[in-house]
Parts: sequence; C-alpha cells; structure tokens
Amino acid sequence: MTNKVAHYNNPLKKRFLRGLSRWQLLVLLAPALIYIFIFNYIPIYGVQIAFRNYKTNKGIWGSDWVGLKHFIKFFSLPTFWTMLQNTLTITLYNLAMFPLPVIFALMLNEVDHMKFKKTVQMLSYAPHFISTVVLCSMVTLFLHEDKGVFNAIIAALGGTRQPFMEQASAFPHIMVISGVWQELGWGAIIYFAALSGVSPELIEAAKIDGANRLQIVTHVNIPTILPTIIIMLIMRCGRLLSLGFEKVYLLQNPLNMDASQIISTYTYEIGLRGGQFSLSSAVGLFNNVVNVIALVIVNAISKKVTETSLW
Amino acid sequence: MTTVVMNKRNAIKKTRSDRIFDIVNYGLLIIITLVMLYPLYFTVIASISDPYEVSMGNVVLLPAGFTLEAYQNVIEEERIWIGYRNSFYYMIVGTIFNLVLTIPCGYAWAKKDLPLRKFFTWYLLIPMYFTGGMIPTYLQIKDLGLLNTPWVLVLVGGISIYNTIITRSFFQNSIPEEIYESARIDGANDFRCFFSIALPLAKPIIAVIALYYAVAHWNAYFNALLYVSKTDYQPLQLVLRSILLLNEGALANLDMENADIDMILEMTRRAYVAQAMKYALIFIASAPLLAIYPFVQKHFVKGVMIGSVKG
Repeated sequence: MTNKVAHYNNPLKKRFLRGLSRWQLLVLLAPALIYIFIFNYIPIYGVQIAFRNYKTNKGIWGSDWVGLKHFIKFFSLPTFWTMLQNTLTITLYNLAMFPLPVIFALMLNEVDHMKFKKTVQMLSYAPHFISTVVLCSMVTLFLHEDKGVFNAIIAALGGTRQPFMEQASAFPHIMVISGVWQELGWGAIIYFAALSGVSPELIEAAKIDGANRLQIVTHVNIPTILPTIIIMLIMRCGRLLSLGFEKVYLLQNPLNMDASQIISTYTYEIGLRGGQFSLSSAVGLFNNVVNVIALVIVNAISKKVTETSLW
Repeated sequence: MTTVVMNKRNAIKKTRSDRIFDIVNYGLLIIITLVMLYPLYFTVIASISDPYEVSMGNVVLLPAGFTLEAYQNVIEEERIWIGYRNSFYYMIVGTIFNLVLTIPCGYAWAKKDLPLRKFFTWYLLIPMYFTGGMIPTYLQIKDLGLLNTPWVLVLVGGISIYNTIITRSFFQNSIPEEIYESARIDGANDFRCFFSIALPLAKPIIAVIALYYAVAHWNAYFNALLYVSKTDYQPLQLVLRSILLLNEGALANLDMENADIDMILEMTRRAYVAQAMKYALIFIASAPLLAIYPFVQKHFVKGVMIGSVKG
C-alpha cells in the first residue's frame, strides 16, 4: 500500500467490516462450502494415497511414503500403452463427431415449417433420457449375433451375421455411434440457442448480394455461432481422458477387452475390485492431471487464435 | 450455379437451388429422425411380440405374435419394484438436498459485493476440474460411515458446480439489482432479499435445476455400484444392470446338472422369455422419463440457454 494519503481507516479493515455486514450471504453460501469441503476437498487431500503404500489398518495418513513407486509401476505395465491407445482412440474418435450436433442444428435452423422443426427437435432429445444401463443393454441386445435385430437386418440385406460385441475392432465404433445417437439432438440445443442470435438484417443483406442458402449458412450462420462452438470444444477437451467411463465399463467383456480396457476402467478394476488402492489412485491422478493440462493448453491456444476462452 | 437475377419475383419466391436445398434438407432430417427413433420403436414392438419370432428376426417393422407375457414376468420380479421404489426415493429426497445446496449458493455467488468473492469462485471451480478420484472419495465415504446406508446416494453428488453456475447466471442476468436496492432501503437484510424476493422470482430456474438433478438421480448407476452392495437399497438402474447385462434372473438359467430332455426344452423356452423380458424391462424403466420429457423439455432448453450466457 502506498502511503500517499494516510487514511483514518485502512482499506483492509474497511473491507473486513463491510464483509461482516454481509455475513448473511456467507450463511447462504455455507452449506455448499461445507459440503464441498467434506466430499471434494478431503478426497483431493487424500490423493496423497497415490504416493504412499496404503495399508487398511494404517489408513491414508499413517501409511508409508513411497514417492513415485506406483506411477513407475503403472507406466511400466505391459498393458499401459494398450490402455493409453484405447483411451485416445475412443476419445479422438468421439471428438471427431463434435461437428455433428452443429450440422444438425444448422440443418434444422433452415426449416421454415415451424411444426416440423419443433417436432424433429423434440424427438431428437428422446435418446438423451435413456440411462446408460439401458443404452448398453439395448446395444448388447441389438447386436447379438443370432437374436439381435441389427444382425437380422444385415442378414436380410444379404450380409453375414457378426458377433459385434465380441470383436475388439468393433468396440470403438459401438461406443462412438451409440454416443452420437444419444447426444445428437441434446448437444444441438446450445447451437439452436446461438442461431437464434443471427441477425436477420445480415441474412437479408447477404440475400441481396446474391448469396444462396448454403452460402448464407457458411458465411453468416457459422461465423455467428463460432464463439459458442469454440467454448463447447474447449470444454470437451477438458474431459479428454474421462469420456464415457460408465458406458465403456458396461459394454466391455473378456472378448473385446483388447479395445475396451481404458485408463479409467482400469482404475476401477484394480482399485475397488482388486484392492490395490494406492496404484489405482496413482492411475486416477495421472488421468486427472492429463485432463487439466489438456484443458489449459487448448484454452491457451484458443485464446491466442480466436480470442475466445474459458477464463 | 447461374447468377441470380434480382427481380421482384426472385426476392419473394424461392430460387431453384433453394428448392433443391430444401428438398435435400427435409429429406435428410426425416431420415435422421427415423433412424433415431427406430431403436426405441423396436424395443416397444419386441416387448409385445412372441419372443421366438423376435429371436428369429421376424420382428423388424411390425410386432409378430402379440403377447404380454414379458410384462407379466417383469411385474412378478419383486426386486424390480424394490428398485423402482428406491430410485423414486433417491430422486425425490436427493433432488431436494441438491436444491438446498445449489440455489442459495448460486444466489450468494451471483452477488458482486460478496466478501472474498474471488476466493469462493476458485473454491467452487477447482473441484469441477480436479477431483480426488475414485479411491480417495470411496475412502472418505467409508470413513463417514455411509457405505450401504439409504443416505449415501442422496448425499453423494450433492452439488453440481455446473448447475450452480447456471443458477448464478440466472440471478445475475434475470433479476435486476434495483429490486434488491429498493428492498434494502426499506430495511430488508440479505436473508429477506433471498427468501422473499429472489426465491419467488427464481421459480423457472428452480424448475430447470430440479429437473436436471432428478434425471441424473434416476439414471445414475455408478455411485450405487461403488457404495451400495445391499440389494435392499439398490436403485433401479443397478437391478437393471444385473438382469439385463449380467443375465441374472429367475428366468435366465436353470440347474444344468441332471438335465433331462424336458428340462432342456423348458430351459430353451425360458431363455426366449428372458430375452423378451429384457425388452419389456427396458420399456418399463425408460417410460417415466420418456413420457414426461416432452412436457418439460422447454425448461431443459431454457437451462442450456441460461448456462450458455457467460457469467
């Protein structure tokens, strides 16, 4: 603080008194703060289990420190690269589907018939409300080699029936396509909203300049919703390695394990089912750190290139 | 494309390229919608068809050999009803708990003059990107003595920061600050401002947030898998998982030892019925949300739109 003007009240004290007068706001905030402390921050503090050798009788705080032992063990696992590759394959494949909801929203935006538009929009949300368990059951039932309707259709069209659920090569496709089915309409909502902000004057001007429909979409509509698209993309990247764990876990079976064992399912398998708490936490921490780094990098790039960023 | 001649007719009537655009656009949207609805439609017709016909692939567009046997079997499975009851309880009580944490927190967070606002913002945002991970969280739940209790699924996931941000945006952007100021002049304190002014005006956002939480509770299975092994407390999704994906169920298998020809026939029949039962079960489990969502979808959409306004 500069001493140019000697105030009777120092600013810190003033701030403190003003804060005190708003104590009721803090009371309103308190339940959430306490909850988050107990259910989020204590586990975050407990992450140190990854650097200790956890023994049930000693607890997290009493177990011996072992440094990076568990991380080294994880990285030197023969299956480490396979898991990393599987995780990245599914993630990047998923990321490649990112434009689909945007395209869907742009297409629907071009429909003049209000009733048609509203109906399609509403129906497209339906799969979003299906639970993960039900979705995975449907996938398993439909793709069954002898009894599944998907194979029945393939057979009717002259193809050969395939045991899709038991093929490692089919696994990424199953994951991603079922995901597109479930989230296409729902993911488009935010773009519908953004498209309602396109200025009618701009479209009119483009029409007068002789632009056709497709040109209006690419030169007026897309640039208008670009900031929204970028924000959504950044947020997607922040979850780079944590996509669809629940679904992968439900869809995996011993026969497709080569493609379906990903880092987060491995965490569960060795942790709660295998009892290797420290190793599992190390794997989880690695996953989390990679996510945070990815988010920060993508955000920084976006800030430089497009001047749109999360923070 | 040929150059568009700008005369009066063209300005009002659509050009040929516009008409082609329309036809392609409508055509694609209709196809997308049909493909999207087919899995749901198939589930319904398969659940009311003769299981043998379904397995033979004779049910593709229309039901065959109408029967409600599958539904009778589902109704007779007691644990499905226990699951239904539990899920209802988790959904209702859990959502109320979520709202108690989220709404006041969003209100206080929205205040520009909240003391230590910057600190609280970081405090709330960090857990969104960085978590303790599965094992430290599990150990914390265990230390709190919550494993296998009816409360654990109410308490875990008590507050979603994303939903809190939506709530904050609503309070920031939809209620003018002047209302509070004039109330303040009349002597209202922060509690009064929140309970008597903000809450009644916040009904739309409370509806949105409640719906988000309720759907999440109804569809969740993973927390139950981690923390609830007692069948009495298991939610519907976990029961579904054991019947649909792990094939556990009264109808699934008979004792293979000492099987004579009658038993083998009976077993085959049961395998078919079990298959049909799965479709019926999928329908029964998803029906509540699929029946409700068209009526409340405008709230969901509103939530996405409020959330998209950067706070």
